[in-house]
Amino acid sequence: MSAWERFRQSYLLHSFKRDPIAVISFVVLMALITVALSAPVVAPYNTYDAATIDIMDAEIPPSWMEGGDRRFSLGTDIQGRCLLSTMIYGLRVSFLIGCGAVVVQALIGILVGLFSGYFGGRTDALLMRITDIQFAIPYLIVAIFASAIFKLAFGVGRYEELAVPLLIIIIAVSHWPIYARTVRASVLGEKNKEYVEAARVIGLSHRPIIFRHILPNTMTPVLVISTIQVAEAVMSEAALSFLGLGMPITKPSLGSLIRSGFEYIFSGSWWITFFPGALLVIFVLVILLLGDWLRDVLNPRLYKG
Amino acid sequence: MGIRPAPAISTREICMLAFITRRIIQSILVMLVISLVGFSIQHQMGDPVRDLVGERVTPAEREIIRDRLGLNDPFYIQYFRFVMKACRGDLGLSFFYKKPALEVILRKAPATIELVIVTSIILIFVSIPIGIYSAIYPRSWFSRIAIAGSTIGVAVPVFLTAIALIYLFSVELNWLPSYGRGETVTVWGFWDTGFLTLDGWLHLILPGISLSSIMLPLFIRMIRAEMMEVLETDYIKYAWAKGLDRRRVWFVHAFKNTLLPVITVFGVQLGIMFAFTILTETVFQWQGMGFMFLEAVERSDTSLLVAYLVFVGVIFVLVNTVVDIVYGVVNPMVRIAGAK
Repeated sequence: MSAWERFRQSYLLHSFKRDPIAVISFVVLMALITVALSAPVVAPYNTYDAATIDIMDAEIPPSWMEGGDRRFSLGTDIQGRCLLSTMIYGLRVSFLIGCGAVVVQALIGILVGLFSGYFGGRTDALLMRITDIQFAIPYLIVAIFASAIFKLAFGVGRYEELAVPLLIIIIAVSHWPIYARTVRASVLGEKNKEYVEAARVIGLSHRPIIFRHILPNTMTPVLVISTIQVAEAVMSEAALSFLGLGMPITKPSLGSLIRSGFEYIFSGSWWITFFPGALLVIFVLVILLLGDWLRDVLNPRLYKG
Repeated sequence: MGIRPAPAISTREICMLAFITRRIIQSILVMLVISLVGFSIQHQMGDPVRDLVGERVTPAEREIIRDRLGLNDPFYIQYFRFVMKACRGDLGLSFFYKKPALEVILRKAPATIELVIVTSIILIFVSIPIGIYSAIYPRSWFSRIAIAGSTIGVAVPVFLTAIALIYLFSVELNWLPSYGRGETVTVWGFWDTGFLTLDGWLHLILPGISLSSIMLPLFIRMIRAEMMEVLETDYIKYAWAKGLDRRRVWFVHAFKNTLLPVITVFGVQLGIMFAFTILTETVFQWQGMGFMFLEAVERSDTSLLVAYLVFVGVIFVLVNTVVDIVYGVVNPMVRIAGAK
C-alpha cells in the first residue's frame, strides 16, 4: 500500500473531513501561507523598495472611506506604504520567524529530551534541572530579557540588520523546554519496550537506537506541540516587535506594524493598527484551532505545564 | 509486640526536611546562575567608569579609577564581589537616574503591583461567575458565547486588546484616560498609590481590563472544566438525592472543591501575568517596572537592566520555592515525585 493510499484511509483524514472547524482553519491557514510566501508576486507594491514609497501618500484611509485612494485598497501606513502590501510582507516575516523558531527549538528540545530520557542518571538530572530552571520563568520574560540583551550587545543598527535570525534564536531559546520535557516523557515510556530491547540485543549501538528506533515513536506529541508552538512563536515575535525589541519598521512584521500604527491611533488612523491586528489574530487563531483538533485526534500524552 | 519508644523525629519529618533543604539549595543555585548571567552582561557591556564620571575624563585618569574600583581584577573575583554586594541589596547605580538601581526599581514597583492587584480582582469576579454558569448550563447560548469567546481570546495579544480599548473609550468616546497613573498619593513614605483617588481608579480601569483579558480565557475554561467534573461526582449526586437547595449544592458543595486547582493555577499564572505587565505598561505608559525596563533598554542603562534581571530572578525563585514547599507540606505526592 502506498503512503498516499495509507493516508487516504487513515483515521486522521477521516476525522479531519468530519470536522468543519478544522477544514475551514486549514483552508484559511493554507491561503494565508500561500499569500505570505508569494508576497513579491501577490502584493501590489514592493514595500522593501524605497523608490516606490512616497511620503506624501502617508496615512491615506482605506479606499472605501472618504479621502481614500483607489491605488491603496486598505489605505497606507505612516510612511506612505500600501498597507495591504506591507501586511502581506509582514505576514511573511512573522510566519518565517515563527517556523524558524519552532524548528530550532524542536531541535534543541528533542535532542535534550532524547539524551535525558535515554541515558538517565547524571545527564538526565543535569539537563532536567536546567529545564526546570527555565520552566520556572515565563517564556515571555526570557524572550524579552534575551532580546534586550542582544539589542544592547549588538547596538540598535546591527540588531535591526540581524533581526530575523536573532529573533529566531531568541524565541527558540525561550521556548525549548516544553519539547525537552515532552520528548523525555515519551522516551521514558518507549525505552523499556520490547523493540528497543530487541535492538539492543542484536548489538546496535546507542545512536541508531535513539535516532532510528525511539525518535520516530516520540513524534506524535512533538507534532501536536509544534502546531501550538508556531502560534506561540508568532505571538512572541509580535510582542517583542511591539515592544520595539523585534523587527524594525523598515522591514516590519505584523507586530511592528501594530506598534507603528499605535502611535497614530489618537489622530484617528485606526486602520494602520486594525488590519495588521486582525490578520495576526486570524493567523494565530486558525493555527490554534488546528492544534486543538490535532490534539483531540492524536490524543498523545502531553506534558501539562 | 512491646511498646516502642516514639522516635524524636519521625521519618516523615526527616523526609520533609530533606525536601525543603533540597528545594532551598536548588533555588540558591538558580540565583547564582541568574546573577552570573547578569554579571556577565554588566562585565561585557556596562562601563561603570562612564556611569560615574561621564565622557570627559582622560584615558589615564580612567585607568586609575578602573584600578581603584577593582575593574582590572580577574572575572571570578569581580563576580564574587558582585554577589556579595547583591546580597546586601546593592545592585549598582543606574546610569540615567544617578541613584541606586534597587531604589529606582522599588520606586516603580507599587505601580506594577497595583496593576496586578486590580487585574486579579477583575479576573476573580469575572471568571468565577462565567465559569460556574457555563458549567451548570453548558448548552445555553451564553455559555456557548463564553466558550467561543475564550477560544478567540487566546489568539488576541494583550497589546491589541489594550489598543482597541483605548481607541474605543479614550479616542472615540472620551470616557476614560488612556495613559499614565493619574493622581497618586504617597503613603508610608515610598508607596505611590492610585487607590486613594478617583482619578487613580479611572486610570486603572483600562490597563486592568487589558491585562485580565489575557488570563480570562484560561480561567473561564479551567473553572468550567473543574466544575463540570465535580458536578459528576458521587457526593454531588448524593446532595441532589438529599434534596438540598440547588444553589447550596452549586456554590457550597461543588464550587468549594474546584477552588484548590484554581488557586494552584492562579499562583503559576501570577508570574506570567507579571511578564505581560511589560506589554500593558508600554501601551498605557504606566510608570511601573516594565516601562522602566524598556526605558532602560532604550537608554542603554546596563546597570539598571542587570539590577532588574536579578530583582525579577529573586522574586520568581522566592515565589516558586515557597509555592513548592507549601505543596510539599499539603500534598505528600509531590515530595515523593521530587525525591526519585
